[in-house]
Amino acid sequence: MSILSLQGVCKNFGATKIIRNVDLDIIEGEKHAIIGPNGAGKSTLFHLISGRYQVSAGTIRFKGEDIHNRPPYEINRLGLARSFQVTNIFPRLNVFENMRCALLWSRGYGYSFWQLLGRQHSLNEEAMHMLEQIGLLDRAKIPAGELAYAQQRALELGIAVAGGADLIMLDEPVAGMSHSEAENAVELIRRITEGKTLIMVEHDMNIVFDVADRITVLVYGEVIATDTPEKIRANRNVQEAYLGEVAESA
Amino acid sequence: MKSLSMKLLPWAGYLIAMLGLPLIFNSVLAISILNQMAIAIVFALSYNMLLGQGGMLSFGHAVYFGLGGFLAVHALIMIEFETVYFSIIYIPLVGGVFGLLAALFIGSFSTRKAGTVFAMISLGVGELIAASSLIFVSFFGGEAGVSGDRTYGPPLFGIEFFQNIEIYYLAAAWVFIATLFMYLFTQTPAGRMANAVRDNPERAEFIGYSARWVRFISFAAAGFFAGVAGGLFALNYEFITEENLNAATSGRVLLMAYIGGLGYFIGPIIGAVVLTLMNSLLSNYSELWMLYLGILFVLTVMFLPRGFAGFIMMHQVAWAQGKLKHLLLPYLVTGIPALLFTSLCIIMIELSHHEEGAMHVLGITLEQSSSLSWILLAFATAAAFYATRRTLPQLRSAWDTANHIGDPASTKEEDTTAKGAKQS
Ligand SMILES: Nc1ncnc2c1ncn2[C@@H]1O[C@H](COP(=O)(O)OP(=O)(O)OP(=O)(O)O)[C@@H](O)[C@H]1O
Ligand SMILES: [Mg+2]
Repeated sequence: MSILSLQGVCKNFGATKIIRNVDLDIIEGEKHAIIGPNGAGKSTLFHLISGRYQVSAGTIRFKGEDIHNRPPYEINRLGLARSFQVTNIFPRLNVFENMRCALLWSRGYGYSFWQLLGRQHSLNEEAMHMLEQIGLLDRAKIPAGELAYAQQRALELGIAVAGGADLIMLDEPVAGMSHSEAENAVELIRRITEGKTLIMVEHDMNIVFDVADRITVLVYGEVIATDTPEKIRANRNVQEAYLGEVAESA
Repeated sequence: MKSLSMKLLPWAGYLIAMLGLPLIFNSVLAISILNQMAIAIVFALSYNMLLGQGGMLSFGHAVYFGLGGFLAVHALIMIEFETVYFSIIYIPLVGGVFGLLAALFIGSFSTRKAGTVFAMISLGVGELIAASSLIFVSFFGGEAGVSGDRTYGPPLFGIEFFQNIEIYYLAAAWVFIATLFMYLFTQTPAGRMANAVRDNPERAEFIGYSARWVRFISFAAAGFFAGVAGGLFALNYEFITEENLNAATSGRVLLMAYIGGLGYFIGPIIGAVVLTLMNSLLSNYSELWMLYLGILFVLTVMFLPRGFAGFIMMHQVAWAQGKLKHLLLPYLVTGIPALLFTSLCIIMIELSHHEEGAMHVLGITLEQSSSLSWILLAFATAAAFYATRRTLPQLRSAWDTANHIGDPASTKEEDTTAKGAKQS
């Protein structure tokens, strides 16, 4: 059963067609990777799904509900969370507060101005536990904006996955991390998305082929293939359009 | 986690200071200044809910202060004419409720966006309300304003509030309660999300929060507490005019919060105290005090972007290591010529402004028309400036030593200017 389905989704910036007629079905529980060359429109597609951009045409359905052109917070409340390619955290809040804020809505606090955060012991423990998982426990009291780059990436990932959404979308989660940091992050992603649906944009093919159940290849805003890793590897079109290119440049 | 007693300590100090100050400073003037401080503290704290906590730069916060104050005076009048019957101790609440209602209405459209749009709307609404206050004379009383009398209504334990000191203690109680609630607000989900939205409204929307709603809630709360401050004003002065809701008042509360330090809860309290003192004391000595206030503001923005509170907090690292005493001498060495330089600048400004054309400073007569006076002053000022500059490197290196611990985090404290630039 598909949890997310895109039909005929287009996005134009002025006259430029960035996303062209994308059809995509994400099956509940699968780990889905989106690959494609730089500028293919992968991040734009994420922005369309998560509500940051409005679609120019087409429909997007999440858990059977139309979500295109709805504000991000409504889409998030339906159980869709995402991370950003460019780090997007709360720089003046400390690391712990970042994590706790990421938990608030999903734990039912809403806009409460009558509950004191210091008293919410299970919430606070949960935030600390998340920090432990992303390896930032000892940085808890530091303003997030003062973290090192790789640590900010870890926090970015943590904020996205904290709420326990059913569908988690990660835009190049390990870009800029060292090899061992990336390994840890992939391990974390695997653990946290267990039993959940994951869509991930990633350039590192080892990670992609390792994690993904299915792969979608996006080139110039068009889906040229969606299939299992083995078949994608064997697909001539994909090799020409993308994988060959990667092999050459690598 | 801080222990409970550590958390309660500042509050106990706050309470003791408020209760004790009128015992030490008990002249009529002192009590009147204390009353002004009480009002300013609540007003400035409420302003910081917008700017410091919520990232909303408002040029029209006096609207909620003023509207609350006007309704409070009308409530006093109604008590006097026995249309309603309740003790005047609840007047600040009346102001608060009206401030809240006004903020709910105006916030419903102004909080859609932060940044320039919000600032411009706040300015426009401020002008609009200030203009209508001169149009709707029956409510606002035109240029003369409206006045009431706080001595009617049922007395509280026999107190009828004839005296300023009685009003002071009533105000102090309200200030304490209001401060406490504003602080507690910062510790709630809505209060914390206000910080998050200030930092990054976009990301807040991807963790389930509508940035607009978050701003709206802070805005409404800020309106409520500004109204409480307006109610305190009404009680203290027993009258209110258009001046109390116009742009000048809005500007003053911005200055208070900013100079005190937006990033700290205590900042606006410091700002309110300092500016009220400057306002009341300096204005007795010099007609130019507004100029000095302006200069102070510019200097704060340039050199202490985190305000007085930020300046105090900068010393935490040195304090924690017991190295604060190493800073004392360098501070004096730089501070004395700096103070001299400041005084000389003030003397020059005053002399150029002086009506009689002459000033007597430390037995020396300075004449406006004498070039010798000016040359001497200019020379002394330049010398003081030079001395300040020369001692600065010493202070800087002393600062570095005092803040040096193995951890690189400590050196970050030093570069407050860069940090402040990043924040804004
Ligand atoms: N807001 C915008 N306005 C105009 N053009 C845009 C906008 N956002 C993206 N684009 C363009 O759309 C194209 C796709 O960008 P996008 O960021 O989606 O690519 P991507 O596949 O994520 O690339 P990368 O692998 O480098 O992250 C690019 O050519 C980009 O310049
Ligand atoms: Mg991208």
